[in-house]
Amino acid sequence: MDVTFFYGALLLYVVGTVAYLLLLWFQGGPLARLATAATVGGSVLHTLALLTRFYAAGRLPPGNTYEAISFFAWVTVLVYLGLEVRFRRHVMGAFVLPIVLLTALAAATVPKSPGGLSPALDNTWVWLHVTFVLSGSAALALTCGVGLMYLLQERQLKSKSLGAMYYRLPSLDFLDGLGHRALLVGFPLLTAGLITGAFQAQAAWGRVLTWDPTQLLSLVTWVIYGGLLQARLTAGWRGRKAALLSVLGFGAVLVTVLGVSVLVGRPHVFN
Amino acid sequence: MVILTVGLNHTTAPVEIRERLHLPEAALPAFFERLGQEAGVLERLILSTCNRVEVYAVTDDPEQAQVAIPHILAEGTRTPLALFEQKLYRHQQEAAVRHAFRVAASLDSLVLGESQILHQVKAAYEVARAQAATGPILNTLMGRALGVAKKVRTETGIGEAAVSIPSAAIGLAKTIFGELADRTVLIVGAGEMAEVAVRHLKGEGVHTVLVAHRHFDHAVELAAQIGGRAVRFDQIRHELLEADIVLSSTAAPHYILHRADVEELIRLRWNRPLFLIDIAVPRDIDPAVNEIDNVYLYDIDDLEGVVAAHREARERESAQAELLIEREVATFFRWLKSLEVVPTLVTLRRHLEEIQEVELVKALSRLPELTPAQQDVVRSLAHGIVSKILHHPTTELKRQSVNRDGLLYVSALRRLFGLRD
Repeated sequence: MDVTFFYGALLLYVVGTVAYLLLLWFQGGPLARLATAATVGGSVLHTLALLTRFYAAGRLPPGNTYEAISFFAWVTVLVYLGLEVRFRRHVMGAFVLPIVLLTALAAATVPKSPGGLSPALDNTWVWLHVTFVLSGSAALALTCGVGLMYLLQERQLKSKSLGAMYYRLPSLDFLDGLGHRALLVGFPLLTAGLITGAFQAQAAWGRVLTWDPTQLLSLVTWVIYGGLLQARLTAGWRGRKAALLSVLGFGAVLVTVLGVSVLVGRPHVFN
Repeated sequence: MVILTVGLNHTTAPVEIRERLHLPEAALPAFFERLGQEAGVLERLILSTCNRVEVYAVTDDPEQAQVAIPHILAEGTRTPLALFEQKLYRHQQEAAVRHAFRVAASLDSLVLGESQILHQVKAAYEVARAQAATGPILNTLMGRALGVAKKVRTETGIGEAAVSIPSAAIGLAKTIFGELADRTVLIVGAGEMAEVAVRHLKGEGVHTVLVAHRHFDHAVELAAQIGGRAVRFDQIRHELLEADIVLSSTAAPHYILHRADVEELIRLRWNRPLFLIDIAVPRDIDPAVNEIDNVYLYDIDDLEGVVAAHREARERESAQAELLIEREVATFFRWLKSLEVVPTLVTLRRHLEEIQEVELVKALSRLPELTPAQQDVVRSLAHGIVSKILHHPTTELKRQSVNRDGLLYVSALRRLFGLRD
């Protein structure tokens, strides 16, 4: 049942993503309404998918790779919809919804059975760890989308050739500010996630470093974002370089969250 | 019932003619009166702006009206008809409605997508309506035209891109800084374009305007004029730490701002973005400055390129607007068609006859003992009632249809009986 809801959500995300991308070139009230409606519909089905999974499994998701990736996509889409309501701009959807769709597709390719968590991992620390890391990653997904928009808009202003997209994209000031704020939310969450993860590793295996690929990659990610935040706060970094680094950082997030467990097939310890 | 427009605009007639055809508001009652009396026009409206003079009319005799309207306009404005007759365009029905929609949506404007025309159309309509010159058709037409124009503005980007150099510069500033309210502008040198741009920027609520000039007196004078603060020319580097937007238009024969200066400046500014507008010829700022991160340098050619790009963008959007307008024209004519008298009467008669048939079948099936002669009496009773009911509305509607409020009867009738096509 929950998987059916999930596939319904996935389908609506495809519609939403295509509509948001088309909006970059074609302005249109009906198209914009379609994009929003599909995304809202998708997020409702997605919420139902997570809720029914919660009842079926008798524990809070995320409890395996599928649930983790799905949860990440869910938080990202909710954050995006919040921003759309707040700023009344559809253009961000063209840069955030593809991330939602990509991760939801990745979730679709991994085994979905609820599978019991090993007792050692069925505790609040693990749940906090996973929730922090994934919510932080969703905020960082936003910095990536906003960073891409910044790079495109900056390119047009510098080269002085204004394409159709110039008229749709927001101001550099807005994008830089939003990227910064998302980083201020995302980085502490990521940090909290890594700390709770370390506690858990200490409790379960008696050591903090387990040489698990996901663990190592998330350290790399943390260093990139930490460096970015440091440069922003103390060296006055902003604009293009900051945007480039947030895109790069999110590349590391994707490799960490998706690459290892989905492509390489070595899921981060769940049991 | 025909919708008609007769007029001329900036593409067909020069300003010397357009200005002569302008009717003062005080002359309008007499003008509308004559249109009604002499041109056989039921509803009318005049749109008179600096770029166009157009009469919209509803008439039963379009041939007569098309000839009479220019005559009355000529006499009303004391302009010889021969002077402008060749410049007139005349549209009927779909073409006239499409024209009205395109004008309101600014697709027929000198500057595509400008917003002034919407207010002018609205004002022209209100004036005519206040003098009871319009009726149900023009009221609906103008209401739709205003609605279409708003839809075009919100659903296409036709009015977004600025098409003059100062407003294009402000558009760029907004793309860089978002709101301009708490920004500081520094003007270096003087010049007409700089002054126009500053007035625009003030309109956007910029926080501070600083004025520098090689002659401090000039700076003081200009600052007083535009409500800014004069600063010393040799202090420019210092002021550049504060300024967000710089407008440079000095008469200097060489660059006054070099790449190395700006590189140092941007470091001291903690990478806060800087928008440099160089409208001087020869240029004041080394073009290589544009390569520095967070610095955006536009010279006069760049700005002209932006204006050209904006024009193209408006034209791309106008294709979408035309599609939208075609749909609205079709919708309008569906409405108009529903107001025709004869088809409405036919529909009404058919509607009542259907009721008559259904009720007859019901009644006769409950009375199997009736002889054929008795059945005929029942049939003619039903038929007689329907005919009697129809008689008065039919003659009255035909009588009313020749004056313009007849349409209200048609639309009321359709609504009361729930008639569809």
